[in-house]
Amino acid sequence: MSSSHVIRIEKLRKVYRVGKVQVEALRGVDLLVERGEFVSIVGPSGSGKSTLFHIVGGLTPPTSGTVIVEDRDLARMSDAERTRLRKTRVAFVFQKFNLLPTLSAADNIAIARHLSGNRNGADPQFRDVLEMLGIANRLHHRPSELSGGEQQRVAIARAIVNHPAILLADEPTGNLDTTNSQLVLSVLRDLNQRLGQTILMITHNPEAAAFGHRTVHMRDGRIVA
Amino acid sequence: MIHKLVWENVRHRPVRTFLSALLIAIPVTLVLTLVGLSEGMLSEARRRANGVGADIVIRPKGSSFASSLSSAPIPAALVDFVRKQPHVRLATGTIIHSISAPLTSAAGIQLEEFSAMSGGFRFVAGGPFRNPREILIDENYARERNAKVGAVLNLMNLDWRVAGIVEPGKLNRVFVDLEELQELTGNRGKVTQIYVKVDAPENVGAVIEALKSQLEDYPIYAMSDFISLFSVDSYPALKSFINVMIGIAVVIGFAVVCLSMYMAVLQRTREIGILKSLGASKAFILTLILREALLLSLVGAVIGVGLSFGAKWALETFVPASLSPAIVPGWWPRAALIAMTGATLGALYPGWRAASQDPIEALAYE
Repeated sequence: MSSSHVIRIEKLRKVYRVGKVQVEALRGVDLLVERGEFVSIVGPSGSGKSTLFHIVGGLTPPTSGTVIVEDRDLARMSDAERTRLRKTRVAFVFQKFNLLPTLSAADNIAIARHLSGNRNGADPQFRDVLEMLGIANRLHHRPSELSGGEQQRVAIARAIVNHPAILLADEPTGNLDTTNSQLVLSVLRDLNQRLGQTILMITHNPEAAAFGHRTVHMRDGRIVA
Repeated sequence: MIHKLVWENVRHRPVRTFLSALLIAIPVTLVLTLVGLSEGMLSEARRRANGVGADIVIRPKGSSFASSLSSAPIPAALVDFVRKQPHVRLATGTIIHSISAPLTSAAGIQLEEFSAMSGGFRFVAGGPFRNPREILIDENYARERNAKVGAVLNLMNLDWRVAGIVEPGKLNRVFVDLEELQELTGNRGKVTQIYVKVDAPENVGAVIEALKSQLEDYPIYAMSDFISLFSVDSYPALKSFINVMIGIAVVIGFAVVCLSMYMAVLQRTREIGILKSLGASKAFILTLILREALLLSLVGAVIGVGLSFGAKWALETFVPASLSPAIVPGWWPRAALIAMTGATLGALYPGWRAASQDPIEALAYE
């Protein structure tokens, strides 16, 4: 594997058991992602996009195959090791924002920093990132007091506060109107271009997918193009 | 940060927080009120025993300190015998008889002798009884029975006229003529116990020794020793009862917190999923739930202490003669510990469930 590959996936299979039925969500996925790349993943519902994200993000182990993230094989990792991976090396942005409703925007970001073990506060440059995201003056508001676009930008800020190697964005514009969708996609592109942030983004929207460097198509648990 | 998260979780759902804390507070109040009643009743007993003004008390044969006396097995002639002993200045026999309620009794006294020994009653209203069917009652009993001087109270199935109302703190709350009570209870010529006053405090020991040598098998106590025995430690059954109540309090605290935190974990499934997606470990989630339970238990303990003041007020207002509650601050930390123990145990299962949740399922929870 070239050292520029931050993700290397080979023959990845994932089988879920639903009651007595086995569901094969991924049927031999191969994927290489270079450091600093912005990859869009598109495909119909049930094609295995989210399962792929969950495995790369360490939320669930693969059934078989190889998943190397930053030279570490997730297939060999324990639950605790995958938890540690999520603290700093991979981060998620979800369709439903998934901010903690009881905390302010600032505290939602701070909790991610706290969980990573950083007790010293954000680095000074992070203030610039908040300015770039356009939420610097909205940090003391709770999620219920923010618009959908603002909530998603807070979620992006939370995701990148620990400088993860990979940002996994699962339908980040799925709950946003056109204006906010454009804003969030521009933010992701800026993060990729200015900070070199590696991004994998799931989307149904071809216009959104076009923000990435390349688009990967999935169907029936396989990458088809 | 974790403190803030716990605090905001508790603050964000005020009704659940308040109800949980209130339910935790109830066993805390129960324990504090029970302990307060034990201490208060014993303190009141000490005060009233002290109010007799005696130096020595002679109890019936075969009785122990903790025996509740409601019979009169001592021959009244023994009072005369004691009175004639060297250094004895006064001796008076009394008889105790249960009336109306198990916690209330009437004391039969020879008024002149008792007054000489105790320094006399301080009358709030009325005066000494002069007829056989007259009684004296103390202020607390008068308040509980809503009785004034001249009122007729039915005790022992007989009507008694209230001759006087006295300040509390001397032997009992209800007083009748000794001979009348002896007649009514079939104890003519008998008393329940004998109180003795000696000529000088330094002679108390010698008088006790002399009496013990002549009155074999009679428990004879210096009043100071007798009063010091009025403590919870002297009543093993009371200690056991308190321990049982503590056990019940822990179980209630456990059940309340278990249910409350179980519901909270269900309610916050998605939030737990979010924390897990951010890299929160099982230990972090478990700690979060335990700390929230501990905070609830602390709030519950504070409310419980407040409610124990309310319980004291209610008892003093509605049954001032029957029960004498006290506030025992020394038990506040213990009550808080009881609540925290129950809460911690109760939060373990919901905490474990939360910590073990699959992050993907938790994130998909609606």
